[in-house]
Amino acid sequence: MGTTAKKASTPYAARIAARGHFRTLRLDTPFQPRIDALMKRNDWYSWGGYRAPNSLWDEELEYFAIRSQASLFDISPMVKYRIEGPDAEAFLNRITLRDVAKLRSGRVHYTAWCDDEGHVLDDGTLFRLADNRFRLCCQERHLPWLHDSAFGYDVAVVEETEAIAGLSLQGPTAFAILREAGFAGIERLKVFDLAYFQHQNGTVTISRTGFTGDLGYELFVPAELALSLWDRLMDAGQARGIRAIGYTALNRARLEAGLIVANADFATAEHALRQDRVRMPDEIGLGFMVDLEKGHFNGRRAIARARENKTLRHILVGLEIEGNIPAEHAIVYHRRTREVGLVSAAAWSPLAKRNIAIASLARPFGDTVTDDLWVEIYAMRELRYEKLMKRAKIVPRPFMKLDRRTATPPADF
Amino acid sequence: MTSSDAIVIGGGHNGLVCAAVLAKSGRKVLLLEAASELGGAARTEEFAPGFRVSSVAHLLNRLHPEVVKLLDLAKHGLVLQPEQSVPSLSLSTRDGPLTLAGAYGDDLVGAQASEQAAWRSLRAQLFRYAGVLKPFLSRRPPDLRGGNSLAETFSLGQAGWALKKLGKEDMRDFLRVILMNVADLLDEQLTDDRLKGLLAFDAVLGSHLGPRSPTSLLGLYYRLAGDVGGVPGAQFAPKGGMGAVVSAIAGSAAAAGVTVRTEAVVRTIRIENGRATGVILADGEELSAATVVSAADPAATFLELVGPRELDTGFVRKMRNIRNRGDAAKLHLALDRPPEFAGVDSAGHRGRLVIAPSVDHVERAFNPCKYGEFSPAPVMEVTLPSLSDPSLAPDGACVLSAVIQYAPYRLREGWQSGKAKFLAAIMAKLEEHAPGIGKRVRHADLLTPADLEQRYRMPGGHWHHGELQADQMLVSRPVFGAEGYDTPIGGLFLCGAGSHPGGGVSGTPGLNAARRILAMER
Amino acid sequence: MGTHRLKTWDAIVIGGGHNGLVNACYLQRAGLDVLVVEKNDWVGGAAVSRELTPGFLYSNCSYVCSLFRPEIMRDLELPRFGLQVIAYEGGAVFTRDGDYLANYRDHDAHRREFARFSKRDAEAYDRYARDVTRQCRFIQPLLMRTAPDPTSLKPRDIGELMYLAKKFWGLGPDQMAATLRFWTMSISDFLDEYFETDVIKANFSISGIIGTALGPMSPGTAYVLLHHYMGEVDGSVGAWGYARGGMGAITKALSASFQASGGTIRTGAEVDHVVVRDGKATGIVLAGGEEISGKLVVSNADVKRTFLKLVAEKELPDVFLRRVRNFKIRGSSGKVNIALDSLPEFPALPKDSPCYRGDLHFTDSVERMERAYDDWKAGRWSADPFLDMMIPTTLDPTMTPPGKHFMSCFVQYCPPKVEGRDWTDTDRDAFAETVIAQIADYSPGFRDRIVHMEVRTPRELEAEVGLTEGNIFQGELTFDQLLFNRPVPGYAQYRSPIGGLYICGSSTHPGGGVMGAPGRNAAAEILRDLSTPNRHMSPAHDVI
Repeated sequence: MGTTAKKASTPYAARIAARGHFRTLRLDTPFQPRIDALMKRNDWYSWGGYRAPNSLWDEELEYFAIRSQASLFDISPMVKYRIEGPDAEAFLNRITLRDVAKLRSGRVHYTAWCDDEGHVLDDGTLFRLADNRFRLCCQERHLPWLHDSAFGYDVAVVEETEAIAGLSLQGPTAFAILREAGFAGIERLKVFDLAYFQHQNGTVTISRTGFTGDLGYELFVPAELALSLWDRLMDAGQARGIRAIGYTALNRARLEAGLIVANADFATAEHALRQDRVRMPDEIGLGFMVDLEKGHFNGRRAIARARENKTLRHILVGLEIEGNIPAEHAIVYHRRTREVGLVSAAAWSPLAKRNIAIASLARPFGDTVTDDLWVEIYAMRELRYEKLMKRAKIVPRPFMKLDRRTATPPADF
Repeated sequence: MTSSDAIVIGGGHNGLVCAAVLAKSGRKVLLLEAASELGGAARTEEFAPGFRVSSVAHLLNRLHPEVVKLLDLAKHGLVLQPEQSVPSLSLSTRDGPLTLAGAYGDDLVGAQASEQAAWRSLRAQLFRYAGVLKPFLSRRPPDLRGGNSLAETFSLGQAGWALKKLGKEDMRDFLRVILMNVADLLDEQLTDDRLKGLLAFDAVLGSHLGPRSPTSLLGLYYRLAGDVGGVPGAQFAPKGGMGAVVSAIAGSAAAAGVTVRTEAVVRTIRIENGRATGVILADGEELSAATVVSAADPAATFLELVGPRELDTGFVRKMRNIRNRGDAAKLHLALDRPPEFAGVDSAGHRGRLVIAPSVDHVERAFNPCKYGEFSPAPVMEVTLPSLSDPSLAPDGACVLSAVIQYAPYRLREGWQSGKAKFLAAIMAKLEEHAPGIGKRVRHADLLTPADLEQRYRMPGGHWHHGELQADQMLVSRPVFGAEGYDTPIGGLFLCGAGSHPGGGVSGTPGLNAARRILAMER
Repeated sequence: MGTHRLKTWDAIVIGGGHNGLVNACYLQRAGLDVLVVEKNDWVGGAAVSRELTPGFLYSNCSYVCSLFRPEIMRDLELPRFGLQVIAYEGGAVFTRDGDYLANYRDHDAHRREFARFSKRDAEAYDRYARDVTRQCRFIQPLLMRTAPDPTSLKPRDIGELMYLAKKFWGLGPDQMAATLRFWTMSISDFLDEYFETDVIKANFSISGIIGTALGPMSPGTAYVLLHHYMGEVDGSVGAWGYARGGMGAITKALSASFQASGGTIRTGAEVDHVVVRDGKATGIVLAGGEEISGKLVVSNADVKRTFLKLVAEKELPDVFLRRVRNFKIRGSSGKVNIALDSLPEFPALPKDSPCYRGDLHFTDSVERMERAYDDWKAGRWSADPFLDMMIPTTLDPTMTPPGKHFMSCFVQYCPPKVEGRDWTDTDRDAFAETVIAQIADYSPGFRDRIVHMEVRTPRELEAEVGLTEGNIFQGELTFDQLLFNRPVPGYAQYRSPIGGLYICGSSTHPGGGVMGAPGRNAAAEILRDLSTPNRHMSPAHDVI
């Protein structure tokens, strides 16, 4: 029996102490004092109940910090679970799509997990912190699913979103900044590697990962070390143009990198009210993760059956759209008339200088039928829709591949 | 490594039926039973020197006629003669007993004329409605994925036709009462508390419901939709106890070529590439078969024998959510001589004596078990099998076999200390109706659901292998995803009472499972 | 008002409860000349605000506005006629260990509140909400449709049955199976599949039992839950709230709307019986003997009252009478309405908590709730009752003098008869004491704040409002009394065996609560029978 099946009730005193939370509906992250100090626009959104910046000063400057200098983005609100125990690997192999046995200690992979019907519950990154210790980072909350999946495994699953603060340092000068900040040996980190470094009297976990398709790192520390870590990076990065950024800039960068966001580009299975909104991995471009050779995992039978019976109904594609008007939530047509899908994210890419989008199409469109696709853009201009029918071409994702993302050691900018 | 076409896990009546049917159609079948003898919870066992009794179920009321025919049980020693049919009596210290004679009260003895008329009309109605449900309760549940076979579609059509045939007003009443509680229906049509108490008891027997719980009427339909010896609603005291019925089935299975191994405890169902390929026994021996059929409890089958690692989390969740905590206890008394129930004649003593003097008695007995307490005034059905079959007891002595409700599987104070108190409460009840019985007890054996669990490998001690309530019936039995005997694991099937239509010595799940296996091979 | 006798009304509506008024409004707007007759000197039925002690308005029956259909509010222009609904701000269940579990409107605050008790339960809420919402989405479109008769071969019934079958089939296999299961589950079993914490389960099980004579462990109570969640499906903003001025504001707006469109209301007019000639209703006779003629009669009274008291037995077929007699209306609740000279304090609840402006409960486990039900089954009021308590004056000071408060306590369970005999005043006072004692346990000094108190057992509710046994839904919400079985099989389409006699109260589909759907659906059927264009009824909202 897994130890996780036990009740996770909080002791009485802690329960009483936590009562006042209703007075603050949007929590501060451990970095909030620093972000508040830099925030000029008061432009916030709620990220899982945390007050998070859309933009601090200027979206464009923030975007170009990602691509030309270095950007610092607070990822503390990301949901984090620590998964630990002798059966941790077997447990994660049963839950997630990829083969966790192939994930060595000190490595990270991007993965996803499904329900019984093979519908994606979420995607996220899995950090193998040690042989029997992992961290799973994701968008949605899954504690009951993880606990129930732990039945029969010797593994503990602990939610640690509040306890662990996270920063994403992305951009061409990210490496140089970390080196400057004194993280000796950082140059050895290959993409998807992680390593531990000393920070004050504690440890910071640094992985060469990110959500931008650029050279970049993610840093995790206990919440109490958050501010000093921020300061250490900011000090080191001053000469290399480090800039705190908000989500708007990041969102543009992630789209250029061709990365998808749960409940923006696909509906997660535990939230979808409508039966036809859920998606299988093959339907959102995550089919590459599915490892049918590794033994059983959640959704395996359903996925194999759908592949065999060819019942996959959707496909996620990258589109390049003529012109420069972003096609956010535009309908995709075949031969200008037949509705075949919807754009879930779109932007003008300043990096690729192309008008790009991610769209979900109804097969066979996007799968075997890839020509003659169009998007209908309703561009609101001074209280009138300018209706544009633009040609769209399916292109591979990422929309732009940057060699600096993977070069090891990274170049010194 | 030994190899068969099919391995059946569990030698209870359903496992035996399934094995026999498979063997009859030419499969090489191996049946594995953990205990030293076959029969599962349908055995005849010696519980005190010279005293033998049917281990759990003590009356036969729903043996599927096709099982009897297909397995030629008469040839293998099953005796079902009309004289074995026994009446039901509702005991009352206030008004004396009331007798439902014949097949579930063809004749009502001891009630007023007006009540007899009311009963005739209600009985006819109950049988009519049970008849509509019968096709549902004898076949595989309807396939919501649209994979109904011709025969299954035909039986659905039959049910639809039976409903239509009721006529407009009757059909309306049918649709009104189908999910109703039994108490309301009884209150609408009857006045005699003894009769109402008996019917209420029968409706909730073996389930975690009181007569005022919505859907409790289904339990009565379930009972009446069964037949035995071709007589719907009849109940037979099997000669030689329930073990004799199982012997006949086992005889038929043996004749069909089933290999039986007792004391063969299955530790694991072997899964390779997501398919069942055999079993591994407790001693490590591996047995191979392309088809593995489990007559064991579904949750035990999947959570213990298959293990969560080969299953999806949602399926494991569903398995763990099956409500299978039994509420019924079994009492066996070895008596010096037969007890005398007040006002009951000798024929009556050979019948089923129900102590449930009113609907409220049953409901009140139910209340405490919701909170893990036993009922201080339990309701029960009592039989004295040795009166009809003297071979069950030493000369002049008598066996009492009783099913008692409500006894929660998880008693809050624990059965360690609670058992003696519960036995005292039961004996006090019996004493009220059969004065002096206490002094005649030579040996008492009370099996709480916790005991039943241990002894018969029934998790939760539930003899239906899971609550038989509306939300655990048909496509929800045992869980959606394994409702049609086949399961998410290729080559692995269920054939026990945990599957549709449920418990009782009917053989229906075993028969349906075998048919499903054969149909899928085609 | 003296000339009604000479006139033949197009329609007479018996009973000025909210469904009667909704029905009358639609008929009047469709061009009929409609008279509403009401026994009491005021209209409103169970949706009233009454000044029972000087300066204090009591919502002394129904106390919360949640289910009232927005389509009806719009059609009958209720906001124009003064209806204002003030959404409430939260709610809480007090626990016996001195804490509470709050319900907050903000999704993340809600999660953090649950996390105080269990991190797992906190994260289980989304899936729970998804599953319940899926069920609501399936059921909700049925509320504003007339239930088909499954035994009928009429094209319309067959069409409706096909609609239902298609809708069900459209769910897909997994959801179909989940739905079949959900309908027959107890709320307690259903919640066990999501949550582990007692108080969290108690919190959600409340909606499964309010108004019914069932306990949270009774099968079918999961469905009842939907009945209370329905208001929230189509994105109606501010679904749960108080009507400013008390619940009477709803019926006040309805009667104003009715009168503005030319309708007539007669209060203090108790109906003795419905006049039936040649199998057709031709009017009513009042208790004083006055006869009023009408081309048709609509009864807002419950089905038993209508057919067993207002219509002569000989006019009705035996099968119908049998079924009406068998209809289960079970009093299971009482009401204690309290005028307070100051706001009660609940030391467990921080003074700035929004929960003061919401519904408060003391039952912190499903077991306590079920035990309260066991008392009812035995014919006693619950020794440890379930209270749905609120202080609407925290949001609507117009109901009381400045600084004073009105508190509404809905109490379950409370039997229609005490151990088989009628209620006495002594019983009633003892019942009230049980309730006050429970509140005082959590609110020191509570007794001293009481200025006036009105105690309503099923006896009082039946006598004044005419609710049989004081049942707030005019009939149990069990399967045998839902959809085409409500109120009785064969007559689930608002008509009766008597030509021109209709029923429009909560006894009919879709049932109780201050929803208005029965009144509206009945009006649609009447206008269909009259072949009168129904232009003033906007279509039911889509669920997409």
